[in-house]
Amino acid sequence: MAKRIGIEVSIALAEAVKLANVDVIAAYPITPQTHIVEHLSEVVADGEVDAEFVPVESEHGAMSCCCGSSAAGARTFTSTSSQGLLLMSEILFIPGPMRLPIVMAVVDRALSAPISIWNDHQDIMSQRDVGWIQTFAENGQEAFDLTLHAFRVAEDRRVSLPMMVNIDGFTLSHVVEAVELLSQEEVDQYLPPFKPRYRLDPRKPITMGPVGIPEVYSEAKVAHNEALKASKKVILQGWKEFADLFGRQYNPVETYRSEDAEVLLVTMGSISETAMTAIDTMREKGQKAGLVRIRLWRPFPGPEFRKAAGKAKVLAVVDRCLPPGSTCGPVGAELRSLFYKVPGSPKIFNFVAGLGGRDVTVEWFEEMVEKATAFAKRRPKELYEVIGVREK
Amino acid sequence: MISEFEKFKRFKAKNLPRKEMLAPGHRACQGCGEVLALRMAMKALGENVIVCMATGCMEIITTPYPQTAWKVPWIHIAFENPASVASGIESALKVLRRKGRVPKKHIDILAIGGDGSTSDIGIGWISGALERGHDFTYICLDNEAYMNTGVQRSSCTPYGAMTTTSPPGEKSFGQVTWKKNVPGIAVAHNIPYVATASPAYFLDLMNKVKKAALVKGPAYIHIYSPCPTGWGSAPERSIEFAKLVVETRIFPLYEVIEGRYIMSRKITKPKPVQEYLKGQRRFRHLDEEHISYIQQRVNADYEKLIRLSEMT
Amino acid sequence: MANTDAIVGWKTITFGCHVMEPGSSAKFRTGDWRSQRPVIDNEKCIKCGMCWIYCPDMAIIQAEDGFFEVDLEYCKGCGICAHECPKDAITIIPEEG
Repeated sequence: MAKRIGIEVSIALAEAVKLANVDVIAAYPITPQTHIVEHLSEVVADGEVDAEFVPVESEHGAMSCCCGSSAAGARTFTSTSSQGLLLMSEILFIPGPMRLPIVMAVVDRALSAPISIWNDHQDIMSQRDVGWIQTFAENGQEAFDLTLHAFRVAEDRRVSLPMMVNIDGFTLSHVVEAVELLSQEEVDQYLPPFKPRYRLDPRKPITMGPVGIPEVYSEAKVAHNEALKASKKVILQGWKEFADLFGRQYNPVETYRSEDAEVLLVTMGSISETAMTAIDTMREKGQKAGLVRIRLWRPFPGPEFRKAAGKAKVLAVVDRCLPPGSTCGPVGAELRSLFYKVPGSPKIFNFVAGLGGRDVTVEWFEEMVEKATAFAKRRPKELYEVIGVREK
Repeated sequence: MISEFEKFKRFKAKNLPRKEMLAPGHRACQGCGEVLALRMAMKALGENVIVCMATGCMEIITTPYPQTAWKVPWIHIAFENPASVASGIESALKVLRRKGRVPKKHIDILAIGGDGSTSDIGIGWISGALERGHDFTYICLDNEAYMNTGVQRSSCTPYGAMTTTSPPGEKSFGQVTWKKNVPGIAVAHNIPYVATASPAYFLDLMNKVKKAALVKGPAYIHIYSPCPTGWGSAPERSIEFAKLVVETRIFPLYEVIEGRYIMSRKITKPKPVQEYLKGQRRFRHLDEEHISYIQQRVNADYEKLIRLSEMT
Repeated sequence: MANTDAIVGWKTITFGCHVMEPGSSAKFRTGDWRSQRPVIDNEKCIKCGMCWIYCPDMAIIQAEDGFFEVDLEYCKGCGICAHECPKDAITIIPEEG
């Protein structure tokens, strides 16, 4: 039976990996990912899970090791943050087209310089196009559930793609929350053993990672992209069966008090909880404000988002990432392109907030809604604004 | 002594395996000594092996989609990381065997990189894998420069050699640094088996590869691999140079078994280094002073090696 | 040189772009590259096999009688076999035409 306990979110996530009966974990320590891999090495050391913990020499080595492990047919997990994710970057592009279903928890953190160990989404947004399925958890329960879901979806033979679950560094990873941990029997009911379509095996030798000559490179890239897009069906199915078994339903995008909203805040990750409080405050004041939260970032759930946006006139899109020299943040750009020339589509304004661990407060969300409403009447010069930054 | 060597049966000229683990049709240049060394290594290992290969000549010439020269399972991920990929495969097989999801039978795991991959970009990855003690063999196929990208210098390029990034000129004479001692770096990890080999001595090469595979834990083999294209040497002379490099003491053949240096072939009457240097365009510009410096340093390195072999 | 075998669509390309057929490079005849070829004189041959073991292209094959033959489908004409033959039993002659 499931048990509901107070637990640090990193530990809850690691428990999900343990319950998934993971085979190989390859990881290199980086704040704030450390508690996840520390707990995993503990459960391996204690024999609570029969797995190999490979204490690699770098994140690049971690992802390389994961590629080998997954190709050999093992259920494979790693976790990283920030600079570590960027050090992995070269290899992150590889398991997608090679169809290696590695699961990774990304504990989102700012990027140097200046060095910052605190939370924002610059790390993951810089790796947006690595060709992995990417989900964002809002709270501890989601971090636990989405991790199990990730193994289930990634390893599904129709998908066979790497998948990452994002949790915000410190603000989510290091907080203690009430989380309902599923029992081993329950997890086993949901997550079948990993049976790869192909593996490195001398009994049936295949060549993985050949040279993509120009005659075939485009087709290989399109095949990967189509597989990623098609994975949505399995992602949804995975969530539906999760709901059927355990009663918690997840969707690619979630809405909060959005039905009659004129202005919608759009968020990702743990700031969504504060955003909900802000919406409640604004509703109390009679403002027709609501919230849309993106849980599935890749493949981007376009139709679901359009539906969730409903008849709202204005979207106030929050990015936790400042892309220097760009027209707006990555989430802002995604939604602008999604709604481009769609009749009756909302006006979109983009806010950059919460860089390097700065809290995004209720007041700021209110300010964003106010500004977006004003901008809808009078178009601002810039397509985005950095909220809560001092000028002098 | 390593107990696995007790069941080791040396290859002899009469009992060389006929079976090829690499198919013809690969796109290596004429007279490629690297693919030849690879062919010999794979012959020694047979079919019960998984190969992880770094980006490089051997990777591109064996696997242009939709074909492969490989008859054993093979994977390429990137340039610097075959040792890490091998670590992952080894760990996976270990746990899957424990869990009864793959047969109990031992499978050799081989990581292969060129000198650029091994001595430069991948050295940290190799160090990690050797230090962690994974049961695998790492082979460096050393053709002494980045040949796949057009003959740029690596830290394994020999002193004085001309490459496209160590060109001789008014103010330079080619490569200004001495070849990095990568086998020595491997030895410093206290791994059970390290060896050097040359395809001219094919029995020696194949026996070392087989021993490396038999050893429990990491093994490292550094194989000299002639490259006619990159060196400006005649394709038919690849094996001749692979012999000369040993006979001149430039590339001594030895094993380091559990830290003990053992000379595979003592060169009592060495040929002068000029014998080796001439006939290769990359050394053509060297004057007597450079050659005499090379000779001195080769002598000194060889003496050091002999001392090491006598120490233990 | 277009590789016609590689003309596949994204729906028909192999899973993960893996190559499923081991040793399939044998379909590619590198013999086309050759400008010279080895000719073996069995009168001089002592069947030592040096030509075979030193061939980078697996293009020397031992026949049932123990003598060696050149597989011209793959031989690139590098000349190592002739250079290494201890009995000078192999001559390199130019390809004609």
